[in-house]
Amino acid sequence: MITKAMKQGLSFAFVMAFLVGCSSTDTKTDGADAGTSANGGVTTGTADGGSLGSSDGSQDAMSDLETVIYFDFDQAVLQPEARTLLQAHAEQLIGTNTQVRLEGHADERGSREYNMALGERRANAVRDFLVLQGVNRSNLEVISYGEERPLSLGSGESSWSKNRRVELDY
Amino acid sequence: MRIVVALLMLSLAWSAHAQLTIEITQGVDNPTRIAVVPTGWSGSAPLPEDLSSIISANLERSGQFDSVPRSSMLSFPATEADVFYRDWRVMGTEFLLVSNVEKRGERYYATYSLFDVLGQRKVISQAKVDGSEAQLRDLAHHISDKVYEKITGIRGAFSTQIMYVEAFQRATSDDKFRLMLADADGARPRLLLESEEPLLSPAWSPDGRQVAYVSFETDRPAIFLQDLATGQREQLTNFTGLNGAPAFSPDGDKLAMVLSKDGNPEIYTLDLRSRQFTRITNHYAIDTEPSWTADGEAVVFTSNRGGKPQIYQVTLASGRVERLTFEGEYNARGRVSLDGKTLVMVHQRNGVFHIAAQDLTNGTLRILTETNLDESPTIAPNGAMLLYATRSGGKGILAAVSLDAGTKYRLPSKQGDVREPAWSPFFQ
Repeated sequence: MITKAMKQGLSFAFVMAFLVGCSSTDTKTDGADAGTSANGGVTTGTADGGSLGSSDGSQDAMSDLETVIYFDFDQAVLQPEARTLLQAHAEQLIGTNTQVRLEGHADERGSREYNMALGERRANAVRDFLVLQGVNRSNLEVISYGEERPLSLGSGESSWSKNRRVELDY
Repeated sequence: MRIVVALLMLSLAWSAHAQLTIEITQGVDNPTRIAVVPTGWSGSAPLPEDLSSIISANLERSGQFDSVPRSSMLSFPATEADVFYRDWRVMGTEFLLVSNVEKRGERYYATYSLFDVLGQRKVISQAKVDGSEAQLRDLAHHISDKVYEKITGIRGAFSTQIMYVEAFQRATSDDKFRLMLADADGARPRLLLESEEPLLSPAWSPDGRQVAYVSFETDRPAIFLQDLATGQREQLTNFTGLNGAPAFSPDGDKLAMVLSKDGNPEIYTLDLRSRQFTRITNHYAIDTEPSWTADGEAVVFTSNRGGKPQIYQVTLASGRVERLTFEGEYNARGRVSLDGKTLVMVHQRNGVFHIAAQDLTNGTLRILTETNLDESPTIAPNGAMLLYATRSGGKGILAAVSLDAGTKYRLPSKQGDVREPAWSPFFQ
């Protein structure tokens, strides 16, 4: 239990450090340059999932924010880290007409159509959170790929935790 | 970032894809010993297909037969006059199948007889079947069906077909998904559809002429209907959200599916004639994976309304919902056998995903498979075996198990991940 709590604390600290880093980066770079430096600094991830990690997913051109939100098995509940990250996304989306596609995914375990529904649940959770923060709902599109588009192709928790995700596609 | 869909339609065209080859892993304890004598043939060139080999492979795959190797046979009788029961009895043969093929014009005429060696009598006498050269495998499957039924009393399903999805996925984004059709033994794979976007949940119409499936080719999930003979396809749904898990009603008039257009994944039916949608479930939880009972009066589905995925049944006339599974924390994608006695499903135990069968009369649940990451069980139309998808050596493969778990075989593929099997109904 202590280890788990420490891990979560650590990853939360990491998120905060990352977010601080982002805002300072934002002042120096804008537009297309930001996308190229986006992945560099972040490598996080605990075995429990729900934390941030770097990904090969697409990065938007206007922000350095991480665009992948992770979930626990058979869950569509947003972790505290995810909320912090989504709040930062919301802040830059409010008042804009930026269209964001929220792609929900699941790991390979269990049945495919149930995972399709689970992926949608996860994307809906992200959408609902963003809307609650004031983002215009009509700018957010939800789609689920279930387990059909894994980020990591292996079998095992290290792959599964990367695949239980929602990608924000700006 | 939208990916352009390349859609390739080669309906019913023979393809050069690697076929699935059978590996039998377990059969019944006391299989019936049968000698399938090499098919008699007087043509100058060899017979294009070795019927007797196809027949004995079919019978062995059922797990209920053990076939006598050719090298042990003392003679290769082609007619009844050449059959000496004692020669076969001494090597423990219980049944003897003798067949012969003649070609007249462009057609092949097969004649076959089945002998009960211990009873010293003919149980199938000079039965006939004929077809074109392209149908020689079909002749072998037909004979296998007749022999299997005569000996076991169960209708043979060797002439049926299977559909499945072949996926080629790499870390880069050049994915390929293929909907394939093959003989029940994995031979003669044919490409039905190829896409760069996911394909899943293929389902047969009860007459075996049409298939429904989910395709992401429009950049969203949509349910399509495709005619097998003509290759003609039609997009049936285009709703916001989920469009998934199509399942034909037993009379073929309706298609059950999951749609989340109203906010939650709910089960709907689509009347294929009037094109009317009817909502069947109404719950804020996930309801998905509909499947009809054999009488068409109820739909079995997966729901996490109790917190975890479990299998429920809704009676269409009354709307009454009843929970069917109680053992374990994850039961999904149920399919009820044609006799209504067995529910097969994906079942999690100790973190491992197996295929399990629940006796619907007494509630007993039995795990049928020893593999992991098992999914998508599909029952053969004669109820003897089920096919499912699993992973082996880092690849998706198909495997089969009998409903009593006594017989097991695998259909490994040489390429890609193979998954989403759908066993056809009987044809005609």
